[in-house]
Amino acid sequence: MPADNQSVKEALGKKGAYGADLDLDRYDEGTKAPEQIDDLQSSGYKDYLEKVGVVADEMNRSGTLMFIDNGMSHCHASQQEGLEMMSTQEALRKYDWVKDYMWKAMDPAKDKYTAKSYLEDADGYFIRVKSGYHVKDPVQTCMMIKTDKTIQNVHNIVIVEDNASLEMITGCSTSHHANDALHIGVSEIYVGDNSNLSFSMIHSWGKQTGVRPRTATVVGKNSNYTNNYVILNPVGSLQSFPSATLAEGATAMYNTMCIAHEGSDIDTGGLVYLNGVGSSAQILSRSISMGGHMCARGRLVGNAPGAKAHLECRSIIMKDGGSTNAVPELEAHVADVEMTHEAAVGKIAQDQIEYLMSRGLTEDEAVSMIVRGFLSGSINGLPPALQSELDAAIEAANLGD
Amino acid sequence: MTEMLKVVDLHACAGEKEILKGVNLTVNEGETCVLFGPNGSGKSTLMSTIMGYSSIQVTQGQILFKGQDITEMTVDQRAKLGIGMMMQRPPNIFGVKLGDLIRASSPNSEAVLSSAPEFKMQDFLDREVNVGFSGGEIKRSELLQLTAQKPEFILLDEPESGVDLENIDLIGRKVHDLLYDGNCPGRQRHVSSLVITHTGQIMDYIGADRGYVMRNGRIFCSGRPSDLLKEIRENGYGECDSCQQIISL
Repeated sequence: MPADNQSVKEALGKKGAYGADLDLDRYDEGTKAPEQIDDLQSSGYKDYLEKVGVVADEMNRSGTLMFIDNGMSHCHASQQEGLEMMSTQEALRKYDWVKDYMWKAMDPAKDKYTAKSYLEDADGYFIRVKSGYHVKDPVQTCMMIKTDKTIQNVHNIVIVEDNASLEMITGCSTSHHANDALHIGVSEIYVGDNSNLSFSMIHSWGKQTGVRPRTATVVGKNSNYTNNYVILNPVGSLQSFPSATLAEGATAMYNTMCIAHEGSDIDTGGLVYLNGVGSSAQILSRSISMGGHMCARGRLVGNAPGAKAHLECRSIIMKDGGSTNAVPELEAHVADVEMTHEAAVGKIAQDQIEYLMSRGLTEDEAVSMIVRGFLSGSINGLPPALQSELDAAIEAANLGD
Repeated sequence: MTEMLKVVDLHACAGEKEILKGVNLTVNEGETCVLFGPNGSGKSTLMSTIMGYSSIQVTQGQILFKGQDITEMTVDQRAKLGIGMMMQRPPNIFGVKLGDLIRASSPNSEAVLSSAPEFKMQDFLDREVNVGFSGGEIKRSELLQLTAQKPEFILLDEPESGVDLENIDLIGRKVHDLLYDGNCPGRQRHVSSLVITHTGQIMDYIGADRGYVMRNGRIFCSGRPSDLLKEIRENGYGECDSCQQIISL
């Protein structure tokens, strides 16, 4: 919990550690009372949802929760035992103990974005899997910004208790007339002991949208946490550096797939504190600059004996005018750790393109095939809907130019 | 006989260095020609130039394929006309699965994919192309890809190099199948090829028609492949230096 309100108030003027400093006063507050949607499929949001991996008919999903601007507009859970879904504010009213999970993993005075979320008691989604339950199908959530020139300010809590498992797909999007908006999303994620959580975040924003997710995860003993992050469409300014803190025997995997289009400024990656004996982590980033700025960060901090971790950042620059940075960092505080990293930036080798051309593929087809493979390689088992989004994004980018 | 490939006074550079210094060579329809020559004589560069790789720049001369000037064509245009190549050391293609490449390069890919066990490649279709492949696996992968592509003119750059004795027979048979396009050897064949070999082992499988010897960026002579190989085995390429019978236009 935060020290005091005053320090958080002061943090309202504190720039983020990375990324452009966004002016919060440029935006109005998004509504906390959006339209209520019963059937996502017949709603006007179906296409937006499916672009970010959220299935509108909710088939093979354990539950769906959707926010429009700053209020919940849809919440439907199947009869899955052990799963609870509601808004964060509702959870705070329902359970006394939820307050103990608020601002425990994340410091509200971290920067102006977390401070704003804290000071405004932002609502968000609350997902809980009770101890001993394994949720069969994924839970999906969507954060949609509908109103232009507004801030979406949400605070999410995910709790997977001991001996439990969950897969989450969380898609974030803007409607086409809410291009110039700001998303602040604080997510605090708690994985108990001997548990599994796979958390896939898929973003599709507007060309001017500012995006500042702030995600912190605490992973218990012998648990596994996988974080997939995908952004393929143009965005204004996106900066995110999610972190995980690992207990004994815990593992974390961060997989990132990004395309930085012209005009986009993306700064993302992963940070893992290996605090438990024998904990391990892997951070894997594949990104492409198509005229935009891309910064892939990775940081591993080895604090306990037997920690093992690997970090890999690979970037391809497709067009002049953009830039790409790979920033891998390894930090060890005990002797018995094994941490490695590799980073590579550059263009696609001509001999690879021509090799595929020698099999009859055009240059465009060859480049697309290599790029698709390069990006897909960052995430195992990409959902089919996302695969078709990836294909569409690559096709739209005219890679052979 | 109809000329399938005709190379005329071809000069080409890799960077600043001239590698091909006036190559003249003809391969007729249905003909298999073998290209001999010491290391560094320009054999692989000639093949890369015929395929159109941009690492080589043509400075003079022409490449004609079935009477059409292809000297300025892109690699894929040449592939679509019917030229295919088995590279000696192909690049690793990270992220691209062998099966996906075969699907993209053949209208009849499913039949080719189902024939993968004949090439001992069934376990490689979901692997990245050439990444971590052994010498023999690369050759078998190249042959499976060429089988999907079905070229009319095939460039084979040392098909037997780096292959163990157990696999050489498989590779020899598959090269044979490519050249005969599944037809009985007694029938007229129309697939042509140009094959680089140092050992001549592949000749046991493909019935070579004509041999060329390349030295220092030029073709020095042509003759019966088995006779040339015998001469090279016994006397090396020294005889070529004294002979100086450069093939001209």
